[in-house]
Amino acid sequence: MNKSLISIQDFTKEEILHVLETAKEFEKNRTQHILDGKVIACIFFEPSTRTRLSFETAVNRLGAKVIGFSDASNTSVSKGETLKDTIKMVSNYVDMIIMRHPLEGSSRYASEVSSVPVVNAGDGANQHPSQTLLDMYSIMQTQGRLDGLNINMVGDLKYGRTTHSLLQAMSLFNPEFVFTAPDELKMPVEYKDFLDTKGIKYTETDSLEEHLDDCDILYMTRVQQERFTDPMEYEKVKDVYRLKSSMLKTVKPNMKILHPLPRVSEIDQDVDDSPHAYYFKQAENGLYVRMAIISCLLGYR
Amino acid sequence: MESINKELKVSALENGTVLDHIPAENVYKALDILNLRGISNQITIGINLNSKLYGKKGIIKIADRFFEDDELNKLALIAPHATVNIIRNFQVVEKKKLVLPASIEGIAKCMNPKCITNHQPVKTKFRVISENGEISLLCHYCEKRSDIRSIF
Ligand SMILES: [Zn+2]
Repeated sequence: MNKSLISIQDFTKEEILHVLETAKEFEKNRTQHILDGKVIACIFFEPSTRTRLSFETAVNRLGAKVIGFSDASNTSVSKGETLKDTIKMVSNYVDMIIMRHPLEGSSRYASEVSSVPVVNAGDGANQHPSQTLLDMYSIMQTQGRLDGLNINMVGDLKYGRTTHSLLQAMSLFNPEFVFTAPDELKMPVEYKDFLDTKGIKYTETDSLEEHLDDCDILYMTRVQQERFTDPMEYEKVKDVYRLKSSMLKTVKPNMKILHPLPRVSEIDQDVDDSPHAYYFKQAENGLYVRMAIISCLLGYR
Repeated sequence: MESINKELKVSALENGTVLDHIPAENVYKALDILNLRGISNQITIGINLNSKLYGKKGIIKIADRFFEDDELNKLALIAPHATVNIIRNFQVVEKKKLVLPASIEGIAKCMNPKCITNHQPVKTKFRVISENGEISLLCHYCEKRSDIRSIF
């Protein structure tokens, strides 16, 4: 499996399952120096502390060394070096490149000019496949399976790339979806068309209460201000949903709440102590899944 | 007058290629797609000619120039019903229909302002999608879809 991971659709169902099984192994034993002597570049052209720390911890726990930068402002990039030249140079030094970049398609392009595998840690609003894989790992670990689950996605379903990628990847596992969003932030038609062609059922609602009790996974998302060009539009929808522990009395016992974090106001603090809250553990799972991605792509698992 | 007009329209080509049934409004785009601007061959262009089938059509005649199928098929993006006549020694020796290409490289700009191809010297690449008679292009890099009419 010596290749890059740019978009979740680059992976087959078998490859996804292989990464998730490998992640289980790293969860049991999270210090395994199988990449001793390797050097991996974490190059972040825009800051994202959360994602960078998770990837760098994964590299360290596998015994490899990290080089790179966390923000492009003090590098040759700020002097006008092209992405191609940066990638050509870095890929001559290291065994793998993990990159984040504000422009969409930048990671795909980097993988075409790089001599080593590239992992996309986010390219603008486009793809963030390690997030999708850690979401799937969290679903598998909490439900004991990926097949035949009811997944209720809540919040910004229009601009939220995590929900789009998760929808595409989970469609390999015969799911049923609920899309909970205000009119302004509904799931785009192209994704609903995609589900129609696959014969996957979905229902849409603007009420958070309506389908809380039917779902196995409640996937909450934040409404991101930076996605809006009109500040009035943002003000209208920013506080549209607020999940409180009092709303969880009649949900399914196996129901788990996921959230890609950071949250703003969509999940009340009082939900954190509920047995249904899983979002902090979900973030921790990111470490095991990223260890699995790195070792699988380099052919060590 | 009638006979002069007629003669202009069908001004004979000894050797070359005639591209017919191009939508009148897309003639200039066709010149761009086939890289015909600035070449030294003799080119005759007709715009807003009457066509029984399409209302107003355009026609381009290029002397002493013959195209590869891959090159011509790019024209299907903006002129799906265009026909191609290959002329040798004043005779039509071959007629071709265009086939929509599965992908195109380096001939269109991505509509997404945040796409890497609009910021760095990257050659654009698109997958051509044809659905219900509408053609759109899926960017190989940013994975966004653009309507063909907004691109050309
Ligand atoms: Zn693009």
